[in-house]
Amino acid sequence: MFVTYAFAQESNHADGESAAEGVTHTETGVPHEGGHEATFPPFDPATYPSQILWLAVTFGLFYLFMKRVALPRISGTLEIRRDRVAQDLDQAARMKEEADEAIAAYEQELAQARNKAGGIGQEARDAAKAEADAERAEVEGKLDEQLAKSEARIGAIKAEAMKDVGTIAEDTAAAIVEQLVGKATKADIAAAVKSVSQ
Amino acid sequence: MAADKVDPIHQFHINKLIPIEIGGFDLSFTNSALFMVATVIVASAFLVLTTSSRGLIPSRLQSVSEMSYEFVASMLRDAAGTQGMRFFPFVFSIFMFVLVANLLGMFPYFFTVTSHIIVTFALAMLVIGTVVIYGFMKHGLGFLKLFVPSGVPVVLMPLVVAIEVISFLSRPVSLSVRLFANMLAGHITLKVFAGFVVSLSALGLTGVAGAVLPLLMAVAITALEFLVAFLQAYVFAVLTCMYLNDAIHPGH
Repeated sequence: MFVTYAFAQESNHADGESAAEGVTHTETGVPHEGGHEATFPPFDPATYPSQILWLAVTFGLFYLFMKRVALPRISGTLEIRRDRVAQDLDQAARMKEEADEAIAAYEQELAQARNKAGGIGQEARDAAKAEADAERAEVEGKLDEQLAKSEARIGAIKAEAMKDVGTIAEDTAAAIVEQLVGKATKADIAAAVKSVSQ
Repeated sequence: MAADKVDPIHQFHINKLIPIEIGGFDLSFTNSALFMVATVIVASAFLVLTTSSRGLIPSRLQSVSEMSYEFVASMLRDAAGTQGMRFFPFVFSIFMFVLVANLLGMFPYFFTVTSHIIVTFALAMLVIGTVVIYGFMKHGLGFLKLFVPSGVPVVLMPLVVAIEVISFLSRPVSLSVRLFANMLAGHITLKVFAGFVVSLSALGLTGVAGAVLPLLMAVAITALEFLVAFLQAYVFAVLTCMYLNDAIHPGH
């Protein structure tokens, strides 16, 4: 089958191409014909120049295209993404810091408010206590005053009563003396009562 | 013509599409050339079209392009260091070219560019040529230190140097034959099993029943070939990276 293929091609070339080409083809064609056995295509040197040329052309263009267009584009995309990720991470870190700060500030405020609340409570308690103390002092003062007044009155009454006691004793003593011994001078009796009551 | 269909070599034939002859050389535009052009167009179009939106959040296809970029970039950076990144477009082009050529070859009736030794050998020589030229440009004669490992006794030196030289010279051969042989053998195997299916089916009912086995085989080998297509492109690119590393850092 391969032989027929090669022949078909050769006849094509012999028709259309120059004599020089015909010669090269006959050279490669000879073993096909003689051995009735096709050269294994990958080992057919006649195809080498063309394969090398087209490999050089296509691979060369491919290399240039990769180097100039495709790879810069991909590496650009990757770089942008890397930058963006780094940037986002930075931003996230910054935001976390801000959040931490906010939490710290909030806690500080909370502590302050608690202190303040404690202060207000203490003040209110102090004020209430002071008021209560003042009231008590007032009441005590009043009571003291009344007590003093009452004591003074009691004193006065007592003194008066004592004075009366003296007179009553003198009278009684005079009456008793008169009953017993007769008359006694008023001055003597007063002196006697005085000595007894003292 | 029935025999043609089963001929596993048929797929490697080179047909002239536009005959060109210059200075006694046959430079015709062949089916091989056509598929080289197709490879370049498919690879370029894929890379450019998928990345055209330059999306911050990549679409699926865009991330395929970006993954291939980063895949080759990390491969080269691991093998040859940051200094090797100057060869990144080169390695990336080789990887994409071989990969797309291999994958295109998986389509039925398509020609596999990399199943021809001359193509893989030319690519391998391009790599080795780059290594040698860059090595001498960068290090002058110091590049020859590549063949003189440090810490080897003087007595053994001639032997070691000879081995190093031979191993260096065999690099383009092993590099090209590995890719070529893998693609060639895979496609022949696939074609042989597919041929069994066709010829067995022609034998009647028993033949059709018997054709199930080679059919399953052909399906399995197709899957394997997709793996090989990727793997060989990867191996070619990795070895390119390692050889370039020798050019950049010739001292062992």
